[in-house]
Amino acid sequence: MNPSSPDHHLCSDHCGENPTVWDLPHVPLGLKREWLDLETRRHFLGQGVKALGWAGLATLLGRSAPNLLAHAPIPGAPAMLPHYAPKAKRAIYLFMAGSPSQIETWDDKPALADLFDKDLPESVRGGQTLTGMTASQTRFPIAPSLYKFVRQGKAGRFVSELFPYTAKVSDELCVIKSLHTDAINHEPAILQLTTGNMFPGKPSIGSWLSYGLGAMNAELPTFVVMTSKMPHRTNVQALSNRLWSSGFLSPEHAAVALRSGSDPVLYLNNPKGVASDVRRAMIDGVNDLNRQLFERVGDPEINARISQYEMAFRMQTSVPELTDFSNEPQSTWDLYGPKAKEPGTFAYNCLMARRLAERGVRFTQIFLRSWDQHSRLPTNIKLMAEDSDQPTYALVTDLKRRGLLDDTVVIWGGEFGRTVYSQGALTPDNYGRDHHPRCFSMWMAGGGVKPGISYGETDDFSYNIVKNPMHIRDLHATILHLFGLDHNKLSFKFQGLDQKLTGVLPSKVINDLLA
Amino acid sequence: MSCRSVVLLFPLLSFWPAFGAELGISAQIEFNRDVRPLLADNCFACHGPDAANRKAKLRLDVREAALAKEAFSPGKPAESELVVRIHSQDKDEMMPPPDSLKKLSARDKAVLARWIAQGAEYQNHWAYEPPVKAAIPAGANAIDTLVARRLITVGMKPSPEADRRTLIRRLTSDLIGLPPTPAEVAAFMADATPDAYSRLVDRLLADPRYGERMAVGWLDLVRFADTIGYHSDNPRNVWPYRDWVIQSFNTNKRFDRFTLEQIAGDLLPGASVETRVGSAFNRLLLSTEEGGAQPKDYEARMMADRVRAIGTAWLGQTTGCAQCHDHKFDPFTTRDFYSLGAFFADVKEPLVGRREEGMPVTTPEQTARIAELREAVAAARKNVAALATHIDGAQAAWEANQQASTSASKNDLPREVSAALKKVATKRTAKDQQTVKVYFRAQVSSVARGELDRLAEAERAQQAFVDGVPHCLVTESAAVARTVRVLPRGNWMDETGEIVKPALPAYLPQPDFAGRALTRLDLGLWLVARENPLTARVFANRLWKQFFGTALSRVPSDLGAQGEPPPNGPLLDWLACEFMDTGWDVKQLVRVIVTSTTYRQVSTATPTQLAADPDNREYARQGRPRFEAEGVRDAALAVGGLLSPQIGGPSVKPYQPDRYWENLNFPPRDYVVDRGDAQYRRGLYVWWQRSFLHPSLLAFDAPSREECVAERNRSNLPQQALVLLNDPTYVEAARALAARIVSEGGGSTAPRLTFAWDRALQRAPRAEEVRTATGLLDEHLRLYRADPEAASALLATGDLPLPVVLSAEARAELAAWTHVARVLLNLHEFITRE
Repeated sequence: MNPSSPDHHLCSDHCGENPTVWDLPHVPLGLKREWLDLETRRHFLGQGVKALGWAGLATLLGRSAPNLLAHAPIPGAPAMLPHYAPKAKRAIYLFMAGSPSQIETWDDKPALADLFDKDLPESVRGGQTLTGMTASQTRFPIAPSLYKFVRQGKAGRFVSELFPYTAKVSDELCVIKSLHTDAINHEPAILQLTTGNMFPGKPSIGSWLSYGLGAMNAELPTFVVMTSKMPHRTNVQALSNRLWSSGFLSPEHAAVALRSGSDPVLYLNNPKGVASDVRRAMIDGVNDLNRQLFERVGDPEINARISQYEMAFRMQTSVPELTDFSNEPQSTWDLYGPKAKEPGTFAYNCLMARRLAERGVRFTQIFLRSWDQHSRLPTNIKLMAEDSDQPTYALVTDLKRRGLLDDTVVIWGGEFGRTVYSQGALTPDNYGRDHHPRCFSMWMAGGGVKPGISYGETDDFSYNIVKNPMHIRDLHATILHLFGLDHNKLSFKFQGLDQKLTGVLPSKVINDLLA
Repeated sequence: MSCRSVVLLFPLLSFWPAFGAELGISAQIEFNRDVRPLLADNCFACHGPDAANRKAKLRLDVREAALAKEAFSPGKPAESELVVRIHSQDKDEMMPPPDSLKKLSARDKAVLARWIAQGAEYQNHWAYEPPVKAAIPAGANAIDTLVARRLITVGMKPSPEADRRTLIRRLTSDLIGLPPTPAEVAAFMADATPDAYSRLVDRLLADPRYGERMAVGWLDLVRFADTIGYHSDNPRNVWPYRDWVIQSFNTNKRFDRFTLEQIAGDLLPGASVETRVGSAFNRLLLSTEEGGAQPKDYEARMMADRVRAIGTAWLGQTTGCAQCHDHKFDPFTTRDFYSLGAFFADVKEPLVGRREEGMPVTTPEQTARIAELREAVAAARKNVAALATHIDGAQAAWEANQQASTSASKNDLPREVSAALKKVATKRTAKDQQTVKVYFRAQVSSVARGELDRLAEAERAQQAFVDGVPHCLVTESAAVARTVRVLPRGNWMDETGEIVKPALPAYLPQPDFAGRALTRLDLGLWLVARENPLTARVFANRLWKQFFGTALSRVPSDLGAQGEPPPNGPLLDWLACEFMDTGWDVKQLVRVIVTSTTYRQVSTATPTQLAADPDNREYARQGRPRFEAEGVRDAALAVGGLLSPQIGGPSVKPYQPDRYWENLNFPPRDYVVDRGDAQYRRGLYVWWQRSFLHPSLLAFDAPSREECVAERNRSNLPQQALVLLNDPTYVEAARALAARIVSEGGGSTAPRLTFAWDRALQRAPRAEEVRTATGLLDEHLRLYRADPEAASALLATGDLPLPVVLSAEARAELAAWTHVARVLLNLHEFITRE
């Protein structure tokens, strides 16, 4: 081992190079023992590179005593996670995969109405690379939004008529109109937004949070992902495990997919013919025999195995309770709408996200994946808005009335924007829009985000950003900041580099968004 | 030194260097061991090989360059700028600067100062120096000798040899990836001959399942999968490559040949079906069919993917950094990156879009049959041609007849034929002539029709046979290679970079090619050239990890500056030299390792060992790794007696939770579970869907194979418990084991438990275990007697039929034993190689 000073860069997770939890005051003895046990186990397996380190200690502390970490930095600890006092404890990320057009949703451009079917000036396009889908178009006719924007709330924000429900919580939202990204196609763009990198293999946002802050619940996963049924099956994005994988971080930080239907967590259900008392008896049998092995062999990995069987058992108990909505009052159904009773709908998933937040799940990501409107945009965007508007509003409202919105940040948006010009034929009531990475809109609410504001501006064509550009790296940095984490310090050594969610290019927390 | 004492010492550290000794710093500093890791981690990002981002024009990775900039004065730490800077408290002066977030510990600073005091000597990076084969006393085992030498210097002692049951379990698991049968264990335990162990090794090395076991790690390295990876993640034909890997290990193909066939199997003199299937390696990367994807984007991605693959699998170098900038820690430049990528610019492939069917992969018999069929087609064609004059005459007669006949009969002809016939022969267009000709041959002339039918039949037979043969994507070399440019900052839209030709990394030894244009064959030959200091080390290091759980140099994919100089460098070097000296003989290298005393030690750690060497880097004991994902599945199927012995063939689809693929699109797909024998194949044959790998494999850390992987995680997660408890594969295996316990294990509980333990763990149960298991059995018997329907439901898990119609009591009994079997399959011991 290579001991070094206690002020060594902490989050690189260098195995054994820091003082141990044993050296810290104010940490309960039981936790110290557990930490040492886990440390020994990692060493034993030769997993030094992926060892627990400080983030792991935080995990342990976070799991056992969330408040200890959240509010009271441990005296004597040289630099503890989180790096700052956090505003958010949880996040719910509503990922609108395929990318809703900003022009119909949040980036109001009423003046475009006068430019119907005019050509987008070449100077605006500025020689941009186009996708293979519109590169061969001879004209780039401007398509104004068919949907009007109406002034809403105390802040008087203009909100699209597509979102009559979300309009009611307009004052809670911080709308960002100046996001931009690097990729022009879905695959890399979605990956870059979920993991910070458009190449596979990097941990997703939820995995970084799990790694940095640990769990707040001993019975449910820290990071949960759900995908939603769609109101129509056109423009559907393909998703993959890599969007919620832990990349090079330990697999315990990967999301657990919560599925609709009778088997919400893979392999959670007992085999047929096995009642829950039988299950308990069997797990007891496994654990008894494993304990006997531990006594003979002394390998701490065996103890870890025993505790994982206990965790599996607890999940088998807690997940059915989680997915049993029968105790929800009528007011819930009034709020979320009737579709919330149908497992797998976006409405159901939003309600589930609230239940997960109540139970201390740190990061919930819901995918809704039919926003890729290259054609028939006016019809299809309306279908999607009708499906998702009320549940979105309901989630924000529900979190607020339960006092959860203060420390839960809700994030809404797709992976890039869409073009102001029509893809394919433009008619007064029909058009399509192609991918557009140069600008797009998202909103955040709660969790320490400044409510009621808008950030950033685009030009008259919603094509280029003219004020306060915000790269999605900055979004990542800002999300981590809300959780009390410094994006430059939350790192993990892999392939010789201190890897970070925000990567190696400059990125910054957008302080204007913070409450 | 414990971490705790570091904390206590901390206030004293400022008195450097008086307390250096207490910091555990070696008296004699060694650059590669002590200094390079510090400089690499803390300094090279700005003062290293990357010229574009170098600060103050200072580089510390080359001694002369550092001296020229007066970074330090050898022998005089107090007068050295480096020492002053690392101790400075001034934010503008201190190194590393605060915004780098890098910090040197007091110990690190002491090491650097002592190094300068001792003359600031450099060494070339260890892995770029040729490996040196240590002299070993005659008759001594080299591994044991070199491990013992190292143990003496660190003051440790080796562990005793494991018992025979553990040894055969360990060997069988390590060499063929399965548990031994009780009979094999009994035979080995009874074998008193002195060479019993080496004969066991020979038997297992000759077992065709050895190739399956060895293939798993290689398939990770080259990211073998059944689907393309990106976006639609559609299927592609590559499984014959997997079988080629298995066969290569089984026939003990020399590793240099194994390498050449993969990199350039199409370019080899005497290229065959076999060598071309090996060249599928070049096609295993991720590809896309996404509409609107940019070809240049994916051209750049695929080239980078290939460079990383060479880096991970052969060179042990993290090349990926150099896609955008010169490597920060290793001398691998951006130019090296793109020049290495240029070797693959001739690979024919769509940049975006569906992969082709691939080459028919035929056995010699099939090749002969295809030749026969081809000949039949040629013969039929010849017959058609031979009859041409005769048929032309007949056609002329028919035409004349038609023109002479009544218009009514002409109306029976297709309109374009009768229209053509209405014209005088000289006025007919070429198209008219063709129309008449085709019509006459197909519809009128019985002679012509017969011959044409025979030709069509021959062609159909040939096509049907070829279609029935497996196909595999392979490498074909295009006559004109793609142009490869250095992409500034990796940006594929920037076409201003220099055009590069295939070239080997400049910092590694290589022959003088005298300006000749290089091909993939040159690359392959260079990878396995004796002068290449990396390939043999990288292979030996990985192989060692397979047999001990930890590698000699800690990170198998990185033997560069950010990797680790191996604590036992002479051992790694000896293995690398031995590998090359024996003609890249993989089985021999495996044999050398597993017959060593070091390999045969017990895996239980004493508290002293745990404290002194928690990571088992010194090998004073064996490791205790959990089985890999495939091994977990294979063990359960084997113990249940369900495992199919078939080797190779198309990938299979075992039970998988419903709707697990629901997020796949373009097109949406249903997972169709295989029935029959295909249900019980080994884990390495499971369909590898990159974006949604089978969840049971995923739970046990099988990689998605989107990227080359040199070492898997070995996590311990609740999902693993859920898989072993509830995946129908494991319930069914337990049910099958229970049926054997009941039918073959004797009439009462005690012998049945002995039988069960013997099958699953190859040992007798201990008294305490018997008590636990008996209690469990009795409780389940009671429950299932009271609930016969539950027993029937449990026994219906999986496709396996019940052997006979059972009475209610027999069902309860079988159900209860199924639970005992489930407990066994869930034990830590069951999935651990000890």
